[in-house]
Order: sequence, then C-alpha cells, then structure tokens
Amino acid sequence: MIYLQLIWSYLKIGLFGFGGGYAMLSLIQSEVVLPGWITEQTFTDIVAISQMTPGPIGINSATYIGYAAPHLAGYDGIIYGILGSILCTTVVVIPPYILSRYAAHLLIRHKDSLVVKSVFAGLRPVVIGLIGSAALLLMNAANFGETSDQITKSICICAATFFMVYYTKVHPILYIILAGIAGFILY
Amino acid sequence: MFWNLFSTFFKIGMFTFGGGWAMISIVQREVVEHHRWLTNDEFLDLITVTQSLPGILAVNMSVVIGDRLGKFKGSLCAALGTILPSFLIILAIAIFLTPETIKNNDVLNRIFMGIRPAVVALILVPVVTTAKAAKIGWKTVWIPVSVALLIWSGMPVVSNPILYIVLGGLFGYFYFKHRQLKHLKDSEK
Repeated sequence: MIYLQLIWSYLKIGLFGFGGGYAMLSLIQSEVVLPGWITEQTFTDIVAISQMTPGPIGINSATYIGYAAPHLAGYDGIIYGILGSILCTTVVVIPPYILSRYAAHLLIRHKDSLVVKSVFAGLRPVVIGLIGSAALLLMNAANFGETSDQITKSICICAATFFMVYYTKVHPILYIILAGIAGFILY
Repeated sequence: MFWNLFSTFFKIGMFTFGGGWAMISIVQREVVEHHRWLTNDEFLDLITVTQSLPGILAVNMSVVIGDRLGKFKGSLCAALGTILPSFLIILAIAIFLTPETIKNNDVLNRIFMGIRPAVVALILVPVVTTAKAAKIGWKTVWIPVSVALLIWSGMPVVSNPILYIVLGGLFGYFYFKHRQLKHLKDSEK
C-alpha cells in the first residue's frame, strides 16, 4: 500500500530532518528515491522546481512526491495524487509541529544548557556530510548524462553554476534559469 | 487575531523563496515591527529554539510564534498559512508538469538537462559554506567526508542518514560534556 509507505517515510523525514532543507535532501533520497517511489531525475527536477517556487524544500518535495508516487505505482487519476500530496505534506509537519508546541518551552528554559549545546555541536559536522551525500548521490548518469559529450557539458554547467553561486550574492533562481537556457541551446 | 495570524503567514509563505533562512528577516519585520506581536528579544529567543528542532524551519517558526500568541488555534492558523501557498503552487505544478510531461516534451527535456547539473552545484555550495561556518579543519574533516561516502555507498544499514543524525547527537552529548567537565575540574585546581 503506497500511501502507508509514504506516510511512514515522511514521518521519519519530519522527525529526523535536522539542519535545514539541503540536509533533509539526503533523508528524502534514502526514504523516497531508493525504494523507487520516484526516479532520480524526478527528484532532481523537484529540487529545481522548489528553488523556483516559494516555500521550503521540505514542503515542496512532500507535495510533489505525494502526487507523483501513487501515479508511478499505477493508481491512475488526479484524485489519488491529490490524496497523496495532502497526506505527505501533513505527515511531514506533524512531528515538528508536536515538538515545536510541546518541547519549545523546555528548550527556551535550557537554551544555554550544556546538553543542548553539546548535542548540536556533535550534529554540525554530520549535517555537512548529509548535504555532501545528497550532492554525491545526484552526480549520476540520470542527471549528468551517459555519453561523454553530455557528461562534459554537464560538468561545465555544474562547475560554472558552483562558482557563480559561491562568489556572487544573486539569488539561485537566476542561475537555474541560465542553466535551463544553456541546456536548451547545447542539446 | 487568528485570521491576522493566518493571513500574515500566508503572505510570508507566498513570497519567500529558498526556505527558512531567507524567511527569518521577513518574519521579523512582520511580527516584531509591523504587528508588534513580540518584542525583538522574544522573537530571537524563539528563533534560536526553532533552529534546534527537527523539521522544516519555516513551519517550526510559525508554530512557535502562533502558539505563543494563540495557543493551539494560533499555532494551527500560523502553520496552515505557511504551508498552504507552497502546497497549492506545487500541487498545480505536479498536476500539469508530471515526470512524463517533462520526458516527452523536447523543449522541456532539453531545459531540464541543463538544469539538473546546476542543481547539484546548488547543493555543493552549502557544503562548503557550512563547513567554513562550522570551522571544520583537518582534524574534523573526516566526519563529514566519511558520513557522505557511507551514505553514498548505498550499503545496507550504514547508508541510512538517520544513523548518523543519532550518532552525531550522542557523540556530541558525551564528548563535549566530558570536555566541559574536565575544563571545570581543571579550573577548580
């Protein structure tokens, strides 16, 4: 039953999603892409779409994957998709919603405590590794192409985008649009 | 009041690109300066707390502020306001821009072939910037590198990101507490 599996996956994503949207990507990959609910290409496309639309990546990916996964699993009809996107979007915010409401007072009281600070000092290097793994997992044939011509073009686009985002303060949307234009011309 | 909370966060959700971090200053302007629901210190306290909770920062922020102002109903209104705009926009995109549409349309296919490697670059940038901000040096760089490689390896159990979140938290708890205690004892001598 695809819906139960999606609910279970998104509960885990909501509960362990530390470190912001990009760190959450590696969780989404291991929960949603590896079991095959969506393809790697679709996953990358969702990240791109998330960057171009308002709202956090966590919500955007839950809504899109919730819609696309039932269709890929063979449930035909818009209503199955809408049901999936409502479920995933709701479920991904339930654990943090409960924690925000009931654990927030505790954390405010102990915000300078050793325990809280220590735990987060330990999490920090892990979060960097999580974001790194998301990038590594996406450097594959599905995203970079199979022929050497495609791979060369892809590496150039990737390197150029990296340096432009890193050294300028312009919003990433601009670079996604530029990369889209480059793809249209190059292929 | 509840309607105000909902519409304020709906507006914020509608116009923030790029999620949590980009949102903080906009929320601050609305909640502290415009509506005067919270003082700046109260606001900063709440933000510090939401950063240490799991989940989507933007949603956590709205829940904590909504809860402070209107308990259960307040947190619900604020959270719904934050989620609804992106939910509706992405749902519309999901209906019209399905994976098959992209694959079967020559123009879209070419555009997305250019976009996909750029997305990888967008994810690589925060790896470098957070590593710098966290002062990762030669002594600690093995942690993110091995976490990334193990998750990437796809091997059973060790490729599960949840494992490293739990381990990282536990390690931090024991290691830093141990160091702090040692520091206290040393200063007593």
